[in-house]
Amino acid sequence: MLETNIKPSCLKPEIQAITYAGSGDFVHLYMQPPAWGYRPGQFVMVRPGEWGNDPVWPRPFSICEKTSDSLRLFIQVVGRGTSLISRLQPGSTLDMWGPLGNGFSFDPDVPLLILAGGMGIAPFIGLCKRHPHPGRINFLFGHRMGIECYPFAELPQKVNKTHLNQQTAGDIVSFQKVLEKRIRDFSGRGRILACGPSPFLKVVRKYSIESGADTWISLENRMACGVGACLGCVTGTTTGEYLQTCTHGPVFRADEVVFEEDDRLLSAKPHL
Amino acid sequence: MDLGVTLGALRLKNPIMTASGTFGYGLEFTSYGRLEELGAIVVKGLSLQPRKGNPMPRIAETPCGMLNAIGLQNIGVEKFLQEKLPRLPWKETPVVVNLYAQKAEEFADLAAVLGSEPGVGALEVNISCPNVRQGGLQFGQNPDAAVRVVEMVKKNAGQKPVIVKLSPNVADIKVIAGAVESAGADIISLINTIGGMAVDIRTRKPCLANAFGGLSGPAIKPVALKMVYEVCSTVKIPVIGLGGITSARDILEFILVGASAVQIGTATFTRPDKVFTLVNELRELVTQLEIEDWARFRGSLET
Ligand SMILES: Cc1cc2nc3c(=O)[nH]c(=O)nc-3n(C[C@H](O)[C@H](O)[C@H](O)COP(=O)(O)OP(=O)(O)OC[C@H]3O[C@@H](n4cnc5c(N)ncnc54)[C@H](O)[C@@H]3O)c2cc1C
Ligand SMILES: Cc1cc2nc3c(=O)[nH]c(=O)nc-3n(C[C@H](O)[C@H](O)[C@H](O)COP(=O)(O)O)c2cc1C
Ligand code: FES
Repeated sequence: MLETNIKPSCLKPEIQAITYAGSGDFVHLYMQPPAWGYRPGQFVMVRPGEWGNDPVWPRPFSICEKTSDSLRLFIQVVGRGTSLISRLQPGSTLDMWGPLGNGFSFDPDVPLLILAGGMGIAPFIGLCKRHPHPGRINFLFGHRMGIECYPFAELPQKVNKTHLNQQTAGDIVSFQKVLEKRIRDFSGRGRILACGPSPFLKVVRKYSIESGADTWISLENRMACGVGACLGCVTGTTTGEYLQTCTHGPVFRADEVVFEEDDRLLSAKPHL
Repeated sequence: MDLGVTLGALRLKNPIMTASGTFGYGLEFTSYGRLEELGAIVVKGLSLQPRKGNPMPRIAETPCGMLNAIGLQNIGVEKFLQEKLPRLPWKETPVVVNLYAQKAEEFADLAAVLGSEPGVGALEVNISCPNVRQGGLQFGQNPDAAVRVVEMVKKNAGQKPVIVKLSPNVADIKVIAGAVESAGADIISLINTIGGMAVDIRTRKPCLANAFGGLSGPAIKPVALKMVYEVCSTVKIPVIGLGGITSARDILEFILVGASAVQIGTATFTRPDKVFTLVNELRELVTQLEIEDWARFRGSLET
């Protein structure tokens, strides 16, 4: 799984195709493939050429999959930027730079437990398809929209996979119970990789620390530059230092990260 | 034409510099362009001791711009000199160190540390950061305090040119510009960010943990252009213009109103190779407009 040619570059690829899954809010964006290789969990920054001066920022997306034909992103429309991206036409160009961040690291011979929440499934599509022993992967997926919105069915046959729909508050509680049990049972047997919204990651982090599991989580902080320069994307860490999510992450050891609420405890008085 | 410019003792191979805080320590960009091709590299604001910075969230997107309240997170001047500066191509491209301190004495100490470093091309004194409670603006809004800082920095800076970076958050920019010139500043740069705020009607909270932040990006360009124009018509020392620049045309606008050089800030976030491609775009535009030398074009605005 070790990629050798991970040298980031800034490109202007053309969009080959945009497809929708389940609803217009779930978008698969295919573009011309860059020459670089990547490690699953790495991401790219994307900014359509037509944005001009507004919106100013690019948007970060996990690399969902890269083949010899295309680079693919899996995007959910949640706001202005993603809505504009979902309406792009094939043939239009994007400013795109990457691969960025550290990505997931793991030994393909050691069992994996993958925990994905919603769009957190994106980086794991490529990971599972490229994994030499998909039979060693356990996959738990929690989602709020219908399963047809997500590329869950693309996961290799041999992956031991489960998905749980969370519609009601009750579903969320039972999903958390399943998470807790899976993390505790798996602890000591291999590595856990998790990606999803931060409430989900907080739960994963809590049970992982309690059970001493070897868990790595991928954060989705807001970003401006993506290259470590602006210091807008930092996360609190247990050493008290703020680290850039875009370069030191997005993947961190679960017990290394301090989430926002805990943040205030960490530094009762902001450094001013 | 040769794009080179001279700002007193500071010689640049072209007028395009990076803006502090938007280009990290320079090394973050080596995958995206050749640092040797830039006019100058201005690094993130450095203080004597490392600073942790403000709590999150620290950035918010706004129409044609953004707010930031980073709070000057930095690795400290010592670590910069040991770990970053030796890896920068300072022999080919001047490295400008942006300084932040809470007291005039600390600014002086920083200048003393940097004044004798061969790799440092110039000092840029940030008396205009809106995101910290102490230092920053308290110097940038008060001519007497600004004069004191500039005099103390000048005394310790040896041969290094001292750039003073001004804040737009003042009643009359000409007053403070005149004051820092008389205190011995070699160059003035402006503008730093404009104080601003964004709020979320659902959470009923400010979008930044710090509540207030500094506005940057294309939205502030007209404000910056006016202030650069005003300062250029007030002082005799060279002026570096910045604020919302995204194109070669913007660069020429700032030079037309009197700036000798420019800095590129938020535009770097739209594409990490932006500042590098602007060098070529500027060369092409200058040729197309048949501009023959900077001296005749600079400040040639007809009013
Ligand atoms: C490393 C990384 C990888 C990512 N991978 C994917 C991916 O594969 N697919 C995908 O669909 N999304 C992914 N995201 C999230 C995606 O970048 C944001 O959804 C997107 O930037 C939102 O832009 P917008 O303009 O549509 O939303 P905005 O208008 O900016 O915001 C809309 C809403 O989304 C919230 N929001 C905005 N940005 C973020 C963020 N970064 N994290 C959490 N909430 C946010 C805002 O608070 C607001 O409520 C990733 C983010 C990171 C940092
Ligand atoms: C994220 C961010 C961090 C900044 N940090 C600094 C800093 O450390 N020191 C400083 O003098 N200016 C800092 N600035 C201000 C910029 O250097 C510049 O003055 C301002 O952004 C206006 O230019 P622009 O519109 O081209 O970005 C920062 C700006 C941004 C957006
Ligand atoms: S997004 Fe700029 S430092 Fe991470």
